[in-house]
Amino acid sequence: MKTKKLAKRTLFKGGTVLDPVKEKEFIGDILVVNGKIAAVGKENVDDADVIDCKGLVVTHGFCDLHVHFREPGREDKETLETGSRAALAGGFTRVCAMPNTNPPIDSPESVRFVAEKSRNCPIHIHPIGAATKGQKGEELTEMAGMADEGAVAFSDDGQPIMNGGVMRRILEYAGMLGKPVINHAEDDGLRNDGLMNEGLMSTRLGLPGNPTQAEAIMVHRDLEIAKLTGAKLHVPHISTASATHHVAEMKQRYDKVTAEATPHHLYFTDDDLSEYDTHLKVAPPIRGNADRKALINGLKNGTIDCIATDHAPHTIEDKESTFDLAAFGMIGLESCLGAVLKILVQEEGVNLFTVVKALTVNPRKIIGFETNLFTEKAVAELTIFNPHENWDFSRDNIYSKSINSPYIGKSLTGKVKYTIVKGHLYSY
Amino acid sequence: MSLKNRHLLGLEGYPGEDIQTIIDTAFTFREVLDRPIKKVPSLQGKTIVNLFFENSTRTRISFELAQKRLSADTVNFSASTSSLKKGESFKDTVQNIEAMKIDACVMRHPTPGAPLRLTEYVDAIVINAGDGTHEHPTQAILDMTSLQAKFGYLKGLKIGIIGDISHSRVALSNIHGLLTMGAEVTLCGPATLIPPYIEELGVSVNFDLDEVIEWADALNVLRIQMERMGVNLFPSIREYRSKFGITTERLAKHKKEVVIMHPGPMNRGVEIESAVADGDQAIILDQVLNGVASRMAILYLLLGGKAES
Repeated sequence: MKTKKLAKRTLFKGGTVLDPVKEKEFIGDILVVNGKIAAVGKENVDDADVIDCKGLVVTHGFCDLHVHFREPGREDKETLETGSRAALAGGFTRVCAMPNTNPPIDSPESVRFVAEKSRNCPIHIHPIGAATKGQKGEELTEMAGMADEGAVAFSDDGQPIMNGGVMRRILEYAGMLGKPVINHAEDDGLRNDGLMNEGLMSTRLGLPGNPTQAEAIMVHRDLEIAKLTGAKLHVPHISTASATHHVAEMKQRYDKVTAEATPHHLYFTDDDLSEYDTHLKVAPPIRGNADRKALINGLKNGTIDCIATDHAPHTIEDKESTFDLAAFGMIGLESCLGAVLKILVQEEGVNLFTVVKALTVNPRKIIGFETNLFTEKAVAELTIFNPHENWDFSRDNIYSKSINSPYIGKSLTGKVKYTIVKGHLYSY
Repeated sequence: MSLKNRHLLGLEGYPGEDIQTIIDTAFTFREVLDRPIKKVPSLQGKTIVNLFFENSTRTRISFELAQKRLSADTVNFSASTSSLKKGESFKDTVQNIEAMKIDACVMRHPTPGAPLRLTEYVDAIVINAGDGTHEHPTQAILDMTSLQAKFGYLKGLKIGIIGDISHSRVALSNIHGLLTMGAEVTLCGPATLIPPYIEELGVSVNFDLDEVIEWADALNVLRIQMERMGVNLFPSIREYRSKFGITTERLAKHKKEVVIMHPGPMNRGVEIESAVADGDQAIILDQVLNGVASRMAILYLLLGGKAES
C-alpha cells in the first residue's frame, strides 16, 4: 500500500467511468483539482499528475453502512484508525460505525467522542447511535442530542430489540428526526442458543441450530411497525429467503424500508461449516444455499438495496477456541469487492452496475449522504478497481488489526487499485 | 491390518470395513478378558492421555481398563470447562499435554467439534470419547459389537433408538454406524427431542413406541436428562414414562422378544423400568464388557500394536 497526498491537479486517465447516479458508463478521464472534481469526460491536461486507469473501473468511493470499529473499549481488536485502513483497502471511503462498543455509544457525549476522533481518520466515519440505553432494549436514548452530534442512524446492533412496544417508540422518535432505525432482527426465543443455521448440517455437527424463522418473524414485525409509525427502517445483514420476501412485499406498500446483505451471506453456505470453522460463526448465521440464492435474487431485483460488510474484528484467541465459546463475526472490508464480484458478477451474471450501485449510491441514499459525486466541485471520493483481476486473499491483504477472515486462501475476483478520499490517494 | 483413518473422531463417513475390523478385533480381545491374566503387552511403551473436560465415570474407566489391559502407560487429565473459561484456553491446555510427548489422546469434551480442533493442535492420535451433542463413536462401536455378539450379524437388523435424540451423541454415532453396516434405524421420542432434518440421514421417526417395539429386533434406550424438563422439552416424568418408558407391561403386550440396550447411566423408573433393565431381554452389562473389548480393539488398531497370540 502506498499513500500520497493528491497533487494540486490529478488526472485519472482512460478508465471505464461508472456513474452509478446517472447510470452511465464510458471510457474517459476524471480531473481532480484541489481535492475536488473539476471535470469528467475527455480531458487533455498536461500539467497534472496522471494516473493511468486503462482497464480499470473508476467510480464513487464505496460506502459501508455496517462496520464495527471497536473504539472505545476494544482497541486491541480495532480502532477507528486501523478500521479506516481496512476500509481504504476495500475501496470504502465512508462507513457507519455500530454503537456496540464498550461502553456503547448511547449518549450525545459518546457520539461526539467517535465523531471527533473520526475527524482525523483518513476516511469518513459516521457513528450510529444506540437506540436504547446500554443497548438493553428498554429505555430510549437521547436520540435528538445524538443526531446533533453526528449520529446518522440508530441501532442496538447485536442485540435484537425484542419488545415490540419499545421498537414502536424507537421508530416514532427516530422517525421524527428523519433517521433510519436498524434492528438486529432475530427473535431471541427462536434463536435460543443457536450457534449456526438450523438444518441438516447443524444436526450432523451436533450444534444447536438457529432457524430462518427467527429472522423472518422479526423482520416481518419490524416492517409492520415501521409502516405503522411512518419511520425509516433499514434491515441489516438479511440472511433468509423468507425475510427477503417480507421486505419485497412491504416495499410494494411502503417506501421507507431498505435492506442490506453481507458478502459472507452471499458467498458461503452452512455446508462450509462442516469442519467447525469458527471464522464462519456469525450472527445471523451463514444459511443454506436456497437462502443464499434468494439474497442474490433480492440484490438483482432491488429488494435488497445495498451490500454492507458487518466488518467485525476479533482477536485470535476469540476465534481460536471451541465453537461454542468463539466470538460471532468476521472482518470483511478488504475482501468485500473480490467476494461480491466473484459471486454476483462472475458466477451469477449480475450486472456490474447493480453491484456498484449497491456499494455506492444506494447506501448513501439510505442515510442521506451526498450521492452526486461526479458533479463539478464535489469533494473527490473515488474508488478505482480492476473488475477482472483474480487474486488469492491472504494475511498480507489484511489491514485491520484483526485477522478473523474466512476468505484467507480463497480466490477472489476484482481488486481495488486506488482509493481517493480526504485529499489523499491510496494505491494497492 | 490397519484402519484407514489415523484418528477416530466420529462414525459419519467412517468406512464399514474398518468398523467390521474393529468389531472382529473386539471379539478377539473379549477372549483375553476371559483369561485368568487379562493383560497383553500389545501397547507396551505407548503413552495415552485421557483428557476429560466433562465428567464421566464409565467411559473413562472403560478406556483406562482397556489401556491397562494392553500394557500402555496412561495419564489422566480432568478439567471442568468452567475453569477453562476462566483462564487457560483449550489450545494451551492440549498443547501443554502434547509437549509431554504422548502417542494418543482420548478426549471427552462438551463442545461438538472439539476433537477435530484437537487434531490441529497435537500430533498424537485422537480418539473421541464424546463431543457434546455430536458423536460418541466408541459407544456406537461397542453397541454394534454387542448386537453382533447377540444376533451374529448387523446387516438388516432393525434397531429402535428411544428417547432424547437431540441431545444424544450416542444416537448420532449409532445412526451413522448402523446405517453404514446395513441395519435399519427408527427413532422414537417426544417431538421436542427429535433433531430437525434427521430423516435426511436415512432413518425413520415414529412417535408410537408400541409400533417401534413391534418392528424392532433391538431397542437402544437413551438416558433422559432431567434438566431438559425445565426448558420445556417435555412436560413431566409421568408423561414421559407413560409414552416412552420401557416397562415389562409394555413389552408383555408384544408377542416377541426384543433385545434391550442402554448406554448408561440409567434412570431406573424413568426411561427404563428396573425389571426390564435387570431382565433376560437386556444386554446392558454385556455392553459394558464389550465396551472394554471394543476400546482395546480401537486402541490396538490405531496405535499399531504388534500382533499377540
